[in-house]
Amino acid sequence: MADRILELSHITKTFPGVKALNDVHFDLMHGEIHAIIGENGAGKSTLIKVITGVYQPDAGQIFLDGVPVEIHSTADSQKLGIAAIYQHVTCYPDLSVTENIFIGHEKIRPLTRKIDWKDLHQRAAELLAQLDADFDPRALMGNLSVAQQQIVEIAKALSTNARIIIMDEPTAPLTARESEDLYRTTEGLRDKGVSIIFISHRMEDMYRLATRVTVFRDANYVGTWNLNEVRREDLIMAMVGREITQFFPKRKVTIGEEIFKVEGFSRTGYFKDVSFSVRKGEILAMTGLIGAGRTEVCEAIYGVTHPDKGRVLLEGKELHIANPAQAIELGIGYLPEDRLRQGLVLEWELSKNVTLPTLKQFGTLGWLHPQKENAVTKELAEKLEVRAGSVFDLAATLSGGNQQKIIVAKLLAGTMKVIILDEPTKGVDVGAKTAIFNIMNDLAEMGYGIIMVSSEMPEVLGMSDRIVVMRDGRVAAIMDTARSTQEQILRAAMPETVHA
Amino acid sequence: MRRSASFTESFRELGLLVFIVVLCAIFQLRNHNFVTLGNIRDLLTNTGILSIMSVGMMMVILTRGIDLSVGAVVAVAGMVSALTVQYFRGISPVVSILEAVAVGTAAGILNGLLVARFNVLPIIATLGTMNIIRGVTYVISGGAWVSSYQMSDGFKRIATGGVLGVSNPIIIAVVINVLFFYFINHMRTGRQIYAVGSNPEAADISGIPRRRIVLLVYTLMGALSGLGGVIWVAKFASAQSDTATGFELSVIAATVLGGVSIAGGSGKVSGLILGTILLGILNNALPLINVSPFWQQAIQGIVILAAVLTNVMVKRNNQRFALRRRAI
Amino acid sequence: MERSIRVERLWSWRTFFLQWEWLLVLIFIAVNIVNSTLSSYYFTADTFLQTPMTFLDMAFLVLPMTMVIILGNIDISVGSTVALSAVIMAVAYNAGLPMVLAVVLCLLVASACGFINGILMTRFKELSSVIVTLATMIIYRGIAYVILQDQAAGKFPKWYSALGWGSVGKVPIILIVFAICAVVFGLLLHKTSFGRKIYGMGSNLTASRYSGVRTDSIIMIVSVLTGLMAGFTALFLTSRMGSTRPNVAQGYELSVIAMVVLGGVSTSGGKGRIGGPLLAIFIIGFLNYGLGLVNVQAQVLLIIVGLLLILSVLVLNVRFRGRYQRSVPSAAKKVAAQEHPNESTP
Repeated sequence: MADRILELSHITKTFPGVKALNDVHFDLMHGEIHAIIGENGAGKSTLIKVITGVYQPDAGQIFLDGVPVEIHSTADSQKLGIAAIYQHVTCYPDLSVTENIFIGHEKIRPLTRKIDWKDLHQRAAELLAQLDADFDPRALMGNLSVAQQQIVEIAKALSTNARIIIMDEPTAPLTARESEDLYRTTEGLRDKGVSIIFISHRMEDMYRLATRVTVFRDANYVGTWNLNEVRREDLIMAMVGREITQFFPKRKVTIGEEIFKVEGFSRTGYFKDVSFSVRKGEILAMTGLIGAGRTEVCEAIYGVTHPDKGRVLLEGKELHIANPAQAIELGIGYLPEDRLRQGLVLEWELSKNVTLPTLKQFGTLGWLHPQKENAVTKELAEKLEVRAGSVFDLAATLSGGNQQKIIVAKLLAGTMKVIILDEPTKGVDVGAKTAIFNIMNDLAEMGYGIIMVSSEMPEVLGMSDRIVVMRDGRVAAIMDTARSTQEQILRAAMPETVHA
Repeated sequence: MRRSASFTESFRELGLLVFIVVLCAIFQLRNHNFVTLGNIRDLLTNTGILSIMSVGMMMVILTRGIDLSVGAVVAVAGMVSALTVQYFRGISPVVSILEAVAVGTAAGILNGLLVARFNVLPIIATLGTMNIIRGVTYVISGGAWVSSYQMSDGFKRIATGGVLGVSNPIIIAVVINVLFFYFINHMRTGRQIYAVGSNPEAADISGIPRRRIVLLVYTLMGALSGLGGVIWVAKFASAQSDTATGFELSVIAATVLGGVSIAGGSGKVSGLILGTILLGILNNALPLINVSPFWQQAIQGIVILAAVLTNVMVKRNNQRFALRRRAI
Repeated sequence: MERSIRVERLWSWRTFFLQWEWLLVLIFIAVNIVNSTLSSYYFTADTFLQTPMTFLDMAFLVLPMTMVIILGNIDISVGSTVALSAVIMAVAYNAGLPMVLAVVLCLLVASACGFINGILMTRFKELSSVIVTLATMIIYRGIAYVILQDQAAGKFPKWYSALGWGSVGKVPIILIVFAICAVVFGLLLHKTSFGRKIYGMGSNLTASRYSGVRTDSIIMIVSVLTGLMAGFTALFLTSRMGSTRPNVAQGYELSVIAMVVLGGVSTSGGKGRIGGPLLAIFIIGFLNYGLGLVNVQAQVLLIIVGLLLILSVLVLNVRFRGRYQRSVPSAAKKVAAQEHPNESTP
């Protein structure tokens, strides 16, 4: 059967300030495995959420088997036979596999309201057998490896008689062998007539499994190709090919000597053998795919977590950072990735937020001087052009960009030597982005060493002097920005072959 | 190796069983009257109330909650049924039991509403109701006791009577445990209690009626406390306003000792029973080997702390293992 | 940029009087009006200076408990700490230790109890403060029972009872000491970086940690302070009672927590001021006094305190539901957040 089981037409989805999907199109044929690729933020996950009913599109239509449908909730999508499997499995770790599969719709004997365990375990075992899984459905979910948990997720999808299964980055947490198993499982599903949408950054996944691939870029639909008719390079071009219309105000800064160095940094299960250095006045970009370990490395440098091996050197001296307080004292600042949860106390006014890391300098022997706090906050906020009425405005009332500026103000209130910015322009509008870039330049001019974690290619190429590309917890490449292209970066970031 | 967590669970139960056996051996050596039919019967009768109530506490703790008011509910339910018997001598013991359960259920509903509907932290809600209910017990009793000769024989036989040499409290405890086992393992609502504690957010998404389940567990806890109350008062043939003061701590200790995780979502009935028996032995048998009863509270506290810390260490170990497996 | 950011606070009568503390003032006045109908010559200096002696021993605990609840934690072991430190003091004195040293010992033991709480909470972060202080509550009192069993211990020197019963002029010593402690705690909480960090941790523990707050140290300090204040309570309580037993201060945790919550300190953390709990102490204290005037039993007070606790929590829950409550995001958003914790929303 070659007809379309699913079709999305002219779908647009906008969030305040950001267009996530711009008049996009997508179709899925019966019994095919269709890959979707694109950079972070290209719109892939929004598309999936529209299909599964988490979001409702602002415009456009969805057709199932040629019939227009409205999907208002995840329950709706489930009823229509759509199931999704995500990178992070939501499950009940203390319950058995069988229960995780059937929770909510167990079969019960009407008379005694008793759960028919025998029947359930059997059905679970059947589902697992279909997927070539070799573990006991009676096992506790929490004891299973991530790969096995994924199998259970797939079994859950099958138990609801899903005809369309969406897999979002399923191989990201898997080893080579486990990925191989997943491939076979997926092919088995297809052979049984399930239509599959597969999102992955691994080219290997795609070439191995899919018949067609769709590329998204910057909320737009770029195109769909048959995989046996298109080259890898062309796909990469499609993913990144854009004119850099955004102006990156990078200035010429004299770069000094090395100020910060990381050597052999490792943390079991998160990253391994990470080494790089930053020079005074330099902006070092850290890029890579989600899950590559960038934030984990930064948090380990900053003292939020602790590495198992490795050294950190600031101005040649080895540091032993036990917690963020020490990092700040030593001159390392961090702009966290999760602005709302890690960066700000939303219930607090701006001045309190700005002075929190450096309270020592706003008081004598612990006694605070609110006037000094307010004055310094005012000065910094005005320098960073924060749009706020007073220093007493609550952080929750500011826009995303302004919130980000306040967090930067926090860093500036103290005397730093190295600043780590984790996705500084995420969720920030264009105007504020430029402002933040200008701030970064100012900091570089002042002699700070700057590490910028970013997933946005234009930003990486436009603002940095060198680039560290991470992949699967290791440093894949360190490049000079002047001599790099987007394609090179992306290729370094994506696993070419699923490594052993 | 992957089964390390469930291995630890069975290990825990085995450990409890071994510990019980060893303790009994030690007690028997110190006091030859320990393993006698009469003494065992006494022990089990005393532990019966603890067992009935630990069933309820297990459900509460499974949902990541706690209930400090159970001692007070025992007091009020016991007092109400005792007062009723005092004034209506001829009343059937079955009615007394139902009465006590009703009172307990009301208290449980109160707790459940506070926690489930009004989002009050369980510790605060039950700390408040504990004192309110104790105060109420005092008020309705007028500060007076109900003593043995004011109770009918039928009433007292709730605790002292028995069938075929097995006393009523033991029978009731066994029945409750069997029913509970069936409920928590074989009925949908019972399994949902585990789900709510294991991952409350996922439960919400899965469409499990989380609030209703939380309300249910506190209500059941109240009902069981009521049942425990009437048996208590019948057994000691006395109802006072400070009956069962501090008993909630014993119930929590028994539950936690039995392997019910204070973080919610996990725990087995077999473990619960073993933990209850073990605590029952500790509480009742210590005087037999000349250990002062004043050690009882300290031992309970250490038991809870040790059980809870063990859980933490095991979990940390599992996590470390899982990370190593990631092969980054 | 032309737009200048204001550094002067805007002030309005409306927001000033709409604060919780004014409600408490009203309640306090109401309680006293009712009391005055029950006793003649109520509104004298004597009443207001002497009555606090009966309830201020517990008040010492309210000060650190305010910090604990603002932090977002709870401590139900305070009553047991009081009992244990009092018992050890009495036993040590009766065993020959000079009273002054016994007093010091009392404070040391109490602080040690707090220290242990702190260690458990910081080394085993998987455990909530509920279960840690529940366990220590049982253990500390348990040790007291092991030491003193069902006996009483006392026979303290005469000067010791002056602590709890004596006055400087017309002002009771206990009131003076409490006032000093209240001022110290108030300043700590509202004027120092230490206090600022407590509020920060209560509002957003993660952000505080990332912002360089040494969260473990703060918890340790607050725990030790709680222990120390329990020591003060033990001193004054024992002084007033003349002797001590292992079952003293039973139920103190309820009253103390009730006073803090009634004082407007929300159990979700990060909110509240010292003034509220201070007022609540006097409200409940004078309420108790009034009840005593009509011979209402102490157990009834329990009911009232329990009700006050629950009602305060309910009202505060509603009041703070505004923009800043850790609202439960819709299920869909949660799924989204869970699935892509590293991606931005679109």
